[in-house]
Formats: sequence, C-alpha cells, structure tokens
Amino acid sequence: MIQIQGVHKSFGALKILKGIDLEVNKGEVVSIIGGSGSGKSTLLYCINGIEDIQKGRVLVDGVDVHDKSTNLNKLRQEIGMVFQQWNSFPHLTVLENVSLAPRVVLGKNKKEAQELAKHHLQHVGLGDKFDVFPTQMSGGQQQRLAIARTLAMNPNYMLLDEITSALDPELVGEVLDTLRLLRDEGMTMICVTHEMAFAKEVSDQIAFVEEGIIEEIGEAKQVIENPSNEKTKRFLSKVL
Amino acid sequence: MGDYEFHWLIVFQAFPQMLNGAFVTLHVAVFSMFSGIVFGVLLAIGKTSNLKIPKSIASSWVEVARNTPALFQIYMAYFGLGAFGIHLSPYMAVLCALTFVNSGYLTETFRGGLQTIPRTQYVASWSLGMTKFQAYRYIILPQMFRRVYYPMTNQFIWSILMSSLGILVGMGELSGETQRLQSLSYRTLEFFIIAAAMYYVMTKFVLYSADIMSRRLFKGEI
Repeated sequence: MIQIQGVHKSFGALKILKGIDLEVNKGEVVSIIGGSGSGKSTLLYCINGIEDIQKGRVLVDGVDVHDKSTNLNKLRQEIGMVFQQWNSFPHLTVLENVSLAPRVVLGKNKKEAQELAKHHLQHVGLGDKFDVFPTQMSGGQQQRLAIARTLAMNPNYMLLDEITSALDPELVGEVLDTLRLLRDEGMTMICVTHEMAFAKEVSDQIAFVEEGIIEEIGEAKQVIENPSNEKTKRFLSKVL
Repeated sequence: MGDYEFHWLIVFQAFPQMLNGAFVTLHVAVFSMFSGIVFGVLLAIGKTSNLKIPKSIASSWVEVARNTPALFQIYMAYFGLGAFGIHLSPYMAVLCALTFVNSGYLTETFRGGLQTIPRTQYVASWSLGMTKFQAYRYIILPQMFRRVYYPMTNQFIWSILMSSLGILVGMGELSGETQRLQSLSYRTLEFFIIAAAMYYVMTKFVLYSADIMSRRLFKGEI
C-alpha cells in the first residue's frame, strides 16, 4: 500500500505540492489528471524519493520514503518507474537495457538476467529486438522497452509519468495495450496521464490535481462523466 | 647553409638505443594517461557534484594544472619535492607531473562530457534501484567516454610529446636519449630529425589504434 499524507513540496520559493493525501491499495490503478504544472509528475517523483519533500510523509508498505535511515536503493526495487521520454540507455542493446539492473542490483548471473529480460521483452512484444540499439526503434517500441526494463525488477508498484505524451498518436495504442495487460495481471499502478478515455477505462480511482492540491478524487467513471468539483468540470470541458 | 654534410650512418648505429628511449616515452605517456583518466573522472564527478570540499579540491587542481607550464610541474616534482627530502627518480617525477597535468585537462573534458548527459539518465538508473556508484559505472561514464573519446586521444598525443620535457631532469626517454647520443658525435641535426620522425610515427600509431579501438568499443548509436 502507498500512503501519501499531507505532502508539501517546493522548489525554492515555488510551492508545487500543497498538502497531498492519497492512498493506493495493492492491485489498484489510480490515475492522476490535471493541467501542466499542476504538480502531478512531481508527486510521482516524491513517491520513490527522487525528490525530497518539505512536509508530510510517504509510506510504501509502511516504510517512510523520506526518512534518512531508509535504504532508497532497496525501496526503489519495489517501485518501478516509466517516464514520458522513456529514458532508454542508448549505449546498451535492448537486451542489456533490461538485463542490467537484475544483474547488478539483484545480483542475478548473466544468463539468468538475460532469460528474465527475454521473457519480459517478449511479454511487451519486443521478442525480435534483443540485439537492436534503442535509438533504432520507434518511440512506442522504446516505451515498451522501458516498461519491460521496469518489470524485470519484479516491482510491486509502477509509477507511470505521462508515458504516452511524447508518442506519435499512432503509437499510443500499443503502449496502452501493454498497460491493460499489466492491469489485468493485478499490477498496482499510479499513472499521471492526459489520456482521459484510457484513464476512465483502466483506473479504479481518478484524482484531479490543480495547483498542488487534489481537488477531486473518486471512482474513475464518476470523476470523468459526472465530476462534482467546479475546477474538475472546467478542466474536463477543455480536454474532452 | 649550403655546405652542411649529412652523416646518417652514426644515427643508424645508435638506433637501438633510440628505440629504447622511444619505449620509455610511450611507457610514461601510457601510464600518465591511465592515471590521469582515473583522477580526471574522480575530479570531474567532484566538480559536478554539490559537495563543497570535493568541488573546491577539483577546482584548485584544475586551476593549477591548466594555468602553469608543464615544465614547472616537472621541476616541482623533481627539484621541489627533493627540497622536502622526497627524492623521485626522473621517471617518477615526469610521471607524476604529467599525471597532474593530464588529470587537470581531462577533468574539464570529462566535465563537459558529463554535462551533455541528461539528468533523466541518472533518474532512470536510480529508479531501477541502482546506487549512485552503479549509475556512474554502468550508465553515465560509458556514455561520457564515448563523447570525450577524441579529445581524450588528443591528450594522449600531448602526453607523448610533452614527455620530451623529461630531457631537463635527465630522463632517458626519446629526447633525452637523442640528446645524449648526439653529444657523442655532434651530429645534432641528423639525430633530432630521426627522433622527430619517431615521434611522428608514435603519434600516428596512437591515433590509428584509437580509431580501430573506437569501432570495437562503441557499437551503439549515441
């Protein structure tokens, strides 16, 4: 379970998050929607401790992420993250991209790590790309590579940061299909997304964030189709 | 001019000794380059970090190494340390001095290389549970070395050529040997023409091997 309790985050004088409370249970999919600069992505980075926070706390399975004694490297093995710009490692082949972390972080031997990597690459439909370098692939393929790279660490949670925003429209579908697959397998996910229809379809809950505050949170269908908050209504009328 | 008579035979008779000198030159260049890379990487990471002490150590090192003549570094290592009772052999003095200068220049080269690598590469590494060290070891430095590979070979050429300053502390590298050998016969011009040709061959050889190596080392696009 991920518990976000009264989290405040600022960069210098700029306040990004102004008291966020959110709970995500195991097996749940929560989407976070909102305009640019609302703090959605920053919230994700606070969950795996890439960003520090000024107030409040984030608990992942009861472990305080921002406590000084927490071993963040260990904790991050449980929390996979996929990025808007996919961030594949350009100097490594597709297979090495996926097998590296299991090998050096989890201590698997080379053969085990490669078998694991192959399994996950096949899972996301990249079974024929093992020896290719990421830059030779399309954005959609690189994003699926990034998902496989994360899955190979066998995480309990996935944080997805606008993972279709930088893709050409015709490539969005293949990535969303991969997420549907994960959801059906019971993966716990927090997605920051601009894909409203997709969010409605796959999420259990949707949270609408504006200016660092969760303005509305509720069952996915209800938030999208019948929002109760005026700000949510205004935002949805612009994007839908 | 006009009436100078070239005598080459004496140079060819001394050629094996010059080859020995060339070997010492390559030796000190390779080692000063290797240790220069090690220090350069550490200093560049120090310089790009937010930690005060590593940052200021790295900055002062670079300042001194880049803004004083290599000749002075060699004198400092040989005579300067000698004044404090630390007696280095000519070879060690030149090795230390060239390492110092190499790492100073390489720090700046590496820093430039590191700055071209987006922060997202670090974030992606950390999010997979890698430690800071692992992120540098497997993700950041391999990419950095690709980008600074050719400036690095320049520094290697520089090391080969600058090791000739060893002549001033009595080091038996190519220039020192040539100087000694010509003083026996006073065929100065012949000896130094051949020595210059040997430097040329060495640097060409290094550039050529660097090119071959780069094709084997760097397969992915970047």
